[in-house]
Amino acid sequence: MPTVSVKRDLLFHALGRTYTDEEFDELCFEFGLELDEITSEKDIISREQGDTKAEGASDVILYKIDVPANRYDLLCLEGLVRGLQVFKMEAPRYRRVSPASSEPQRLVITKETTAVRPHAVAAVLRNITFTQERYDSFIELQEKLHQNVCRKRTLVAIGTHDLDTISGPFTYTAKPPGDIRFKPLNQAKEYTAQELMSLYKTDSHLRHYLHIIEDEAVYPVIYDSNGIVLSMPPIINGDHSKISLNTKNVFIECTATDLTKAKIVLDMMVTMFFQATDLSVPGTVSPHHHPAVCFLLWENILEPTGQYVHSDYPHSICNPQPFFGISESTEHIAQLLTKMCLRSEVMSDGEQIEVEIPPTRSDVIHACDIMEDAAMAYGFNNIPRTTPRTYTIANQLPLNKLSELLRQDLAAAGFTEALTFALCSQEDIADKLLKNISETRACRISNPKTAEFQVARTTLLSGLLKTVAANRKMPLPLRLFEISDVVLKDESKDVGARNNRRLCAVYYNKSPGFEVIHGLMDRVMQLLEIKPGQGNGYHIQAADDSTFFPGRCAEIFACGKSIGRLGVLHPDVINRFELTMPCSALDIDIEHFL
Amino acid sequence: MADTGLVETLLQRVEKVDGGLDSQDVATSLGVDHQAIVGAVKSLQALGDVISAEQRSSKHWELTGEGCEIAEQGSHEARVVSSIPEEGMPQSQLMKLAFGKVGFSKAMSNKWIRLDKGHEGGPRIFKTVERLEDLVRDKLLLVQKGQASELEEKEKNELKKRKLLSEVTVKSYWITKGSCFSTTITKQETELTTEMIASGSWKEKKFKPYNFEAMGVALDCGHLHPLMKVRTQFRQIFLEMGFTEMPTNNFIESSFWNFDSLFQPQQHPARDQHDTFFLSDPAQAHEFPQDYLERVRKVHSEGGFGSQGYKYDWKIEEAQKNILRTHTTAVSARMLYKLAQQEKFTPVKYFSIDRVFRNETLDATHLAEFHQIEGVVADFGLTLGDLMGILHQFFNKLGLKKWVEVGNSGMFRPEMLLPMGLPEGVTVIAWGLSLERPTMIKYGINNIRELVGHKVNLQMVYDSPVCRLDS
Repeated sequence: MPTVSVKRDLLFHALGRTYTDEEFDELCFEFGLELDEITSEKDIISREQGDTKAEGASDVILYKIDVPANRYDLLCLEGLVRGLQVFKMEAPRYRRVSPASSEPQRLVITKETTAVRPHAVAAVLRNITFTQERYDSFIELQEKLHQNVCRKRTLVAIGTHDLDTISGPFTYTAKPPGDIRFKPLNQAKEYTAQELMSLYKTDSHLRHYLHIIEDEAVYPVIYDSNGIVLSMPPIINGDHSKISLNTKNVFIECTATDLTKAKIVLDMMVTMFFQATDLSVPGTVSPHHHPAVCFLLWENILEPTGQYVHSDYPHSICNPQPFFGISESTEHIAQLLTKMCLRSEVMSDGEQIEVEIPPTRSDVIHACDIMEDAAMAYGFNNIPRTTPRTYTIANQLPLNKLSELLRQDLAAAGFTEALTFALCSQEDIADKLLKNISETRACRISNPKTAEFQVARTTLLSGLLKTVAANRKMPLPLRLFEISDVVLKDESKDVGARNNRRLCAVYYNKSPGFEVIHGLMDRVMQLLEIKPGQGNGYHIQAADDSTFFPGRCAEIFACGKSIGRLGVLHPDVINRFELTMPCSALDIDIEHFL
Repeated sequence: MADTGLVETLLQRVEKVDGGLDSQDVATSLGVDHQAIVGAVKSLQALGDVISAEQRSSKHWELTGEGCEIAEQGSHEARVVSSIPEEGMPQSQLMKLAFGKVGFSKAMSNKWIRLDKGHEGGPRIFKTVERLEDLVRDKLLLVQKGQASELEEKEKNELKKRKLLSEVTVKSYWITKGSCFSTTITKQETELTTEMIASGSWKEKKFKPYNFEAMGVALDCGHLHPLMKVRTQFRQIFLEMGFTEMPTNNFIESSFWNFDSLFQPQQHPARDQHDTFFLSDPAQAHEFPQDYLERVRKVHSEGGFGSQGYKYDWKIEEAQKNILRTHTTAVSARMLYKLAQQEKFTPVKYFSIDRVFRNETLDATHLAEFHQIEGVVADFGLTLGDLMGILHQFFNKLGLKKWVEVGNSGMFRPEMLLPMGLPEGVTVIAWGLSLERPTMIKYGINNIRELVGHKVNLQMVYDSPVCRLDS
């Protein structure tokens, strides 16, 4: 879940009242949000870099709020306020309008872009008034969108420009990097695209985005009608058209590899800042202006794929009764939805509801999403609790049932249960056990952050030996066991691997105690109702295994099948696990006994 | 047992006095070492309440070896003066005397002697006084006579500094009669024996009392791991509620079952390298139910089943990528798909508790692997009220009031259920939580590394109590 950080007092000011931390936490919960942390810049710096660095940093209180991954409309202060205030305000309605005195702007997309970043959408926000806070929020929203829905600019990249410094129509095209030359944001001179890529190699922020286009033959670029570069998405904007606190009209472009996401992002940028537009300027507001409804001067530009019309909201029809499990009137549910900023009307059949989905709510893609909002407005805690009539008979998984029963009896036999990790290093299951990794059938992880997560374990033994090593100060002998899964490659499975339930035990003492581990094996067989003997019984016979001391290892056979090994560990194994005393071990596959 | 004769003598002495007596005095009057009396007291104490002995300690001043010498022969400085004849003595000769060095400097500072450095034949010492008062000796004599209290503290400390006096602590017992006082001792038995039971001799014997203050012997036994004990309880709760256990013994899962089948879009951040462990070997899964896969592709990329879908280019290559499952819901998806393939739908209640894996940043409450508890109910017409009701019952059994903070719950989306082939009108409610979180709350553990993994202190495992979640 993305986290949005907002200044508490600013948030309360916008909400029109103050809350205690507990009250606000409660409010968040009602809307499916979570107040994750209460902190300040000073706190954060002091925690990460120490108290001295934090001196002089702002101690304005920040609320860090977790929002659901698909609620892009809650990623900034403006959106959060709207989300938390739905009960109090009438749903704003957004409408695309044309400028009062000129032709709508146009963005022409050339076919060269198909090779690298084929989609673009754009809009113009007119008569905007930035305060410092609103400007910061505008920049931060872009950043939040870039990190979340835009998937670090791979899916969508946003560029914002001062419209009064450039002139349309605009052209979105793609060119070889050597042919692109402009002065990028906050730089003193012009660079070619090639030079920029090497310039930003060391930029702590921008270097993360270079890979998106680095190896392409052509780079995306947007020009105005005079050949001024607006941006080279998804890397950097031009310096010429940069926005400032004094910017009145903002040109927003979103270039993308995913058109659906581009539209969502553009909708967010536009609708979140409609409050910043000055509605008193003549021509900004549509003649159909109703005092309670906000209209927004907003042009959508899309060429050549056709018209992108926002004023036609998707309508969704849903039948709420079965979902709730309560007998609420359809009218009441329609009212609840309208309160949640989803304008709703009961249809003529009296059972279904027609709902208008505003462009801020890209997360609504199915009637069930609307019902979730209705439930939220109704209050989850107000829904009467019922017991499903579903009649079922419970069954245990036979493998788990067997494991549970054996665990109890192994503890009764004086062995203590360990709980070790299923992921480990290659060294743990191979080198340290004097085995070659190729004979282990181990599954490998491609993106481990550390060596501890290189492979899935193929044996429980290394985890037990590491447990012994961490507990060398405990009184001897140490008797440990674990019954759990290892993972082995298996071509016959759809994913090419399977789990295998193992029972492993170790005895660590001043003497090897083979007889103890042998006795434990006898006891396990007794518990499984297998008698000593060949054929349908169990027996052990000498075996060679590099993990064990030569001549001190036996293979265990039960009902004619090899089920595991026991023996005294090789001194080199003892050393490699940083142990000092003799140790014997038992390792069996219990899936044979199902 | 101390010398029986001494024990009996001691008892006779105790009998004769009324108030009690001091062990030091007994030792002095019997002319034996005090330690012998202490031994007798201890062996009498072990017999029960024959005597009562209260430990006392007192401090007094004693002369050191050097102090005794001075008390006898005078202080070093006095002896220096008395050894110098009228005509004086060469300094070198004086220094040869045992008390010469210390005595010389003290006598000089007392101005009892003078040194003529320029004297013919080397430095020579002369007396300057005829009579002197040897105060040091006088003070030591007082202490020797047991009259140390007549000296001031300052004086005593000064002598202590000169290592002539030392303060010693004397421990002794104040011995009085106990409630079972007797001058004759009967030996007490320590334990009941087979012979005593057979012969009935236990009836005549006295038994040594047990010390009930002491702890019992630590037993040599095996222990179950606390997290696994909690797992057992959760299994029990689900079984009591009629839930059937799902086969979750497949840590490696395809992205298809882990994400795509759950209607999780392919660009979702959870599918990022930073959050999920991907496999390089075996890197890909094969064999998917083809018509189901096609329906999944369609609902993602085009919508359907009442949904607009995500409208993106769904790729089979993404779905094929093998991962370590990030939740057990991947298994729930397989189970629900299997259920949908039945000729006739039957309602089910499923549960599982097993390991899941996240490639996230590790801290005090997050590890790369943890156990997920999951419950799933599928039936016609289940409602939000049913979800709330069943959660209430489940968390009641856990004894947790504020369950909202430990888990997630909800109804599976139609975009997940309908492509599987489940009939319209079937709803599936589900909830999940981690096993570690409630266990840490229950046992008051703050760092997950103290609970899980090979670095766990086995003493914690040995000491962990039984797990009753509802009490």
